[in-house]
Amino acid sequence: MKYKDYYAILGVERGAGDDEIKKAYRKLARKYHPDVSKEPNAEERFKEVSEAYETLKDAEKRAAYDQLGRHAAGEEFRPPPDWGQSFGGGQFSFDDIDLADLFAGFAGRQRGGDARDRPIPGADYEAGVRLTFEQAFHGTEIELDLSAIEYDEQGRPRRVPHRIRVRIPPGVTDGQKLRVPGKGGKGVRGGRDGDLYLDIEVMSHPLYRVDGLDVHVDLPLAPWEAVLGASVDMPTPAGRVTLKVPPGTRAGQKLRLSGRGLARPDGSKGDLYAIAQIVVPTVVDERQRALFKSLAEASSFNPRAQFDQEAAR
Amino acid sequence: MTIETIEALYLEQSGVLSLGELVEHSGLSEQELRELIESGAFAPQDTRSTTWTFGSWCVVVARRAYRLREEFALDDMHSLAVVLRFEQRIEALEVEIKQLRAKT
Repeated sequence: MKYKDYYAILGVERGAGDDEIKKAYRKLARKYHPDVSKEPNAEERFKEVSEAYETLKDAEKRAAYDQLGRHAAGEEFRPPPDWGQSFGGGQFSFDDIDLADLFAGFAGRQRGGDARDRPIPGADYEAGVRLTFEQAFHGTEIELDLSAIEYDEQGRPRRVPHRIRVRIPPGVTDGQKLRVPGKGGKGVRGGRDGDLYLDIEVMSHPLYRVDGLDVHVDLPLAPWEAVLGASVDMPTPAGRVTLKVPPGTRAGQKLRLSGRGLARPDGSKGDLYAIAQIVVPTVVDERQRALFKSLAEASSFNPRAQFDQEAAR
Repeated sequence: MTIETIEALYLEQSGVLSLGELVEHSGLSEQELRELIESGAFAPQDTRSTTWTFGSWCVVVARRAYRLREEFALDDMHSLAVVLRFEQRIEALEVEIKQLRAKT
């Protein structure tokens, strides 16, 4: 196991008081917390300082840490032979855990020491899941590799890797959380297992945009389709459909396809909105040019009538 | 090796929790949760009832409060409720920006 100098990480002396440690940590948390920091390696640095504070803020953990002795940062070391006994834990296996795991185990062991028969619930875990729009729309199955610290009856930690397959229900949206019951940390002495919370991220799609359960898609129309109306073939997340575009459709107008948005297992459903975009041909041949010219001469339509109204005010 | 398949649930499908269960899931003490509720961070489903129950989404809010308290070493629950509200507002704005960017 590699030694970490928690005091040096927080920039305090070994004899620093609790207030001094808290003050130093708060300063570093403001500097490196990934939610607020622009520093390079902020996340890594924050992990380091929070690990150090987690141990040093707790009197018992700090005493246990101090009894590990002084070593150079990064030096391979083993705790003294009676170290586990002194802190109520018995023998540890130090092979597959690091210093943070060792002290994270203290919570369980301390609780165990106070009330040895009391069940301890397993910790809840969180994992990020990135889905394509299609996976989110239809639902999908994903496999997750989790590596969790579990505690035995004496509260001793060990790292246990495991793989689970999770069925994601249809209709999930970006930023949503899902719960996977019982797949967090294992409970100890009959305590319930923790839950796993999934933080969903849905990648953007070149065609579809999601707003709640509704889905928006741009529908390009030729000018004559918009004026005369048309039946156009278009994609939807659930498959192609023929959409009847009413005559006189304006750019930006929303055509609603009821119930074709995201659908959830509880029956809630969104709509699909096709947003009309009038697209003009950039290249026209002689005949088309002549036809457009005739149309321009025949039409009294003023697309800028609103300018005139504004000017007349 | 066979891998067990487990259903992920929407929080709305996950039923309701008691205050004790919320304590267990969030890591906050009952007193701290009561202070957060008083500060308006979230509310029980029926405030008039003598036994409070909470929608599952409250776990997310309470866990976030716990995370913020730990990560910034905050010790005043009222300030924590304010930070929480700002964080929710930022999150909502981020979603809005993402949607607007997708439209352009």
